[in-house]
Amino acid sequence: MTYVKPQFRHPNAPTNELGRTRQEYEGGLSTLCAGCGHDSISAAVIDACFELSIEPHRVAKLSGIGCSSKTPAYFLSGSHSFNTVHGRMPSVATGANLANRDLIYIGVSGDGDTASIGFGQVAHVVRRNLNMTYIVENNGCYGLTKGQDSATMDTGSANKKGDINMYSPIDVARIAIEIGATFVGRSFSGDKQQLVPLIKAAISHRGFALLDVISPCVTFNNHSGSTKSYEHVRNSNDAMPVDFVPMREEITATYDSGSTCEVVMHDGSMVRLYKQGNDYDIEDRQSALQAISHYQSEGKVLTGLLYIDRDSEELHDVLGTARRPLNTMNEQELCPGSKFLDSINAGLR
Amino acid sequence: MQSKQSINDFVIKFANVNGTGSASANGMFAKAIFRMGIPVSPRNIFPSNIQGMPTWYEVRVSEDGYLGRRGGTDIMVCVNPQSMAKDVAEVDAGGYFIYDSTKPLDLRYIRDDVHYIGIPFTEICLREYTDARQRLLFKNVIYVGALAALLNIDFAVLKDLVADQFKGKEKLITPNIYALELGFQYASKHFDCPLGIHLERGRKVAKHIEDFDNILMDGNTAAALGAVYAGATVAAWYPITPSTSVVEAFDKYCRRLRIDPGTGKRNYAIVQAEDELSAMGMVLGANWNGARAFTATSGPGLSLMSEFLGLAYYAEVPVVLVDVQRAGPSTGMPTRTQQSDVLSAAYASHGDTKHVLLFPATPAECFSMTLQSFDLAERLQTPVIIMSDLDLGMNEWMSPPLEFDDSHTYDRGKVLNAEQLENMTERFGRYLDVDGDGIPYRTYPGTHPEKGAYFTRGSSRDEYAAYSEDGAAYVRNMDRLLKKFETAKTLVPEAKIKEAEVETRYGAVFYGTTASPAYEAIEILEAEGISLDSMRIRSFPFNRDVEHFLNNHDRIFVIEQNRDGQMRRLMLNETSAPVKEKMIPILEYDGLPVTARKIAGMIRNYITHGNVTPITRRSAPEEAIA
Repeated sequence: MTYVKPQFRHPNAPTNELGRTRQEYEGGLSTLCAGCGHDSISAAVIDACFELSIEPHRVAKLSGIGCSSKTPAYFLSGSHSFNTVHGRMPSVATGANLANRDLIYIGVSGDGDTASIGFGQVAHVVRRNLNMTYIVENNGCYGLTKGQDSATMDTGSANKKGDINMYSPIDVARIAIEIGATFVGRSFSGDKQQLVPLIKAAISHRGFALLDVISPCVTFNNHSGSTKSYEHVRNSNDAMPVDFVPMREEITATYDSGSTCEVVMHDGSMVRLYKQGNDYDIEDRQSALQAISHYQSEGKVLTGLLYIDRDSEELHDVLGTARRPLNTMNEQELCPGSKFLDSINAGLR
Repeated sequence: MQSKQSINDFVIKFANVNGTGSASANGMFAKAIFRMGIPVSPRNIFPSNIQGMPTWYEVRVSEDGYLGRRGGTDIMVCVNPQSMAKDVAEVDAGGYFIYDSTKPLDLRYIRDDVHYIGIPFTEICLREYTDARQRLLFKNVIYVGALAALLNIDFAVLKDLVADQFKGKEKLITPNIYALELGFQYASKHFDCPLGIHLERGRKVAKHIEDFDNILMDGNTAAALGAVYAGATVAAWYPITPSTSVVEAFDKYCRRLRIDPGTGKRNYAIVQAEDELSAMGMVLGANWNGARAFTATSGPGLSLMSEFLGLAYYAEVPVVLVDVQRAGPSTGMPTRTQQSDVLSAAYASHGDTKHVLLFPATPAECFSMTLQSFDLAERLQTPVIIMSDLDLGMNEWMSPPLEFDDSHTYDRGKVLNAEQLENMTERFGRYLDVDGDGIPYRTYPGTHPEKGAYFTRGSSRDEYAAYSEDGAAYVRNMDRLLKKFETAKTLVPEAKIKEAEVETRYGAVFYGTTASPAYEAIEILEAEGISLDSMRIRSFPFNRDVEHFLNNHDRIFVIEQNRDGQMRRLMLNETSAPVKEKMIPILEYDGLPVTARKIAGMIRNYITHGNVTPITRRSAPEEAIA
């Protein structure tokens, strides 16, 4: 790994619609282990935001605690970021979003942060359909405390000491679909082709978008007995390629409708999914759950966009909050003044 | 038998069954006295239960304007046979016991030093009403009617209250007034009315009460209004007694005041969280993002919120928390009052943390302190905890009216806007002490395209918010936080100090709801020749006045409602206070609001047992004073 971030960039580096280069979406130098899947995910987030021409300062990054939760420091240094406490990022994200509904919220969490200590908060942020992208960097172990088993570790998978996990795994994507998530995808940190469009679609989704990204831990969980090793995931990954076409772009290519599925999102963008022989309906919860189970029973992992509900009501819709962010309202608008207080006092006599 | 005689000065207690509608009848009774211009302080003493268990309503009437509990019961209105044995035993000698005489009284409950007034409430209800629910509900109204005759309550005032209560449901006015009359007539016909203990309108009441134009309200509603007036737009909470009504009242007023008439959209958001951890997380997130957000909880919730309070302290995020204290530890007595979260609130969370605390003693202060807490939290970029309690939060108190100065402007603290960032030539340092007061500048997310973004974290960092494990940078930051706490001393509400009429070396220190009975106890002792200066603490950190008071008295009685003398410990910890032995804990922690008699008794006991010499006695010979 390097200790110095190279500053040199090609003078004619391509720019996006804002005239920004990809470099402007980068963050600080990663301190994760060389080869960590999480760094690939950070790179994918950078690509997605660059290609979507998002203004970095309109993004708020949130995370919990763990290796995964350090990563907001490694992308979008022009965005505010809140590295909260272990397993509690969803609540902080909820409050932040309530205060300003106009920012883009990207949360990064790990499998310990999400499936163990923060399982309760995740369930409730899913229920509330908070408008945010929530990425689980799932490596099946606790990296920052040196390799203990996590709750997403598959039954039968071995840890670094060779112990076989006999507990049932928690499949975050499946549970999210069960309890009402409106966008659920699964991907692999090593599959940038699929991950970048998935992140773009998740950001474009209006409501809670969960991405369960298998992200191998090179140091503690990349051995032969592990089901979260690069090799194992490469072999078992049954990836549905995903394309994302932003709303402004013309849809040019045509595809065989039998093998693709096109989903027009709330903002007019489109996700195109190459189903490769799958005939399940990604807009049907039961169908999605069955497909996930089917692949699991064959020792495979289905990745891609697993489920989407395009027209759901996000938290602000449910609460009926004003269109203008609450944090822009001033004293004149919010304070009823002394006259109203006089009437309150009068009613208490 | 000697019967008690007193005008506008007594304690009456109602023994009810909870869930039977007694609360509104009892409230009407207290409010009628209030509207007659006589100082009154009602209190619910209720179980953690919805229906069927004993519940009491204690009303103190005090021409002298004492609003704390006095101790003792002059009149017991017994509507609950379950608790009758205990209720009879509780009546002071010479007092009255009003009971339902439909069935004969159990002879075991007959005391020869108590007057028994039997009124056949059940019989009257059975005769007058056919519906079971009506029989249950009107029984309450009937006893209020009977008390109107027995205690000389202005019947016209009661009628007005009924009209107020059923505004919009006018059909209910006549039957309620009829029920009042049933009780009134029965009592007038069968007893010499009024009793020796009764009310009289138009007598002079205590100056400190007469001076203000009183209202009768509970502290939780007042705190909620404080949040409305402070411009809070986000409330996240988890239901817990006795704090629940804070957010419920906030919701009520927001529905009235914060819904845009044009769009029907809400200029606020309230989220019932999955637990207190999450509630506090939401408050942090919203405040970090520039909205004013708050939550309300009680002891168990405070424990759960500690982790986030530590983050807010260290990452310097404003937080407003209303802690309505109840009896702990653990689930404790959920419907009983205490002041036992002082230490856990002051030092909530691991590591070196300290939080700003405010201690309201009246509903007016619940309002003004909650209002002020948002300014303080944003100015200081730290949590501010309002330390109310069940007694103040859930009971109606006579209070000065709520006041708001229209020239008041919110202090949003040191926040750089886009223009300021644009014109900034130096590098923005989120944790840089630019002004020397320990308070750095912050920015809201999304403010400026190029400048002002920073990384908020609970891990150590340098002045520019960059992660750092450098010990020196860590120490600089921790020391700056201490400096900020020093700055807080200049901003928080000052203590209220009252000097005794004669010079004394003895002081009494108290806070919150202990204030009313403590002031009364000081007057009781004063009359006996024991003089005490007093200090009502209104905030933590303690400022110089507090230090001065502690250092200038030889014996300081620290009166509070917890077992361990938590405020005393906090003062020993956080001031240059005199030795431990000089600070005498005066404690009551049985879950009921402490009484003036109890406080006076404990202080008297301490002093007269020779623990303190010399005692300042007004009537004592000269040499004894020296």
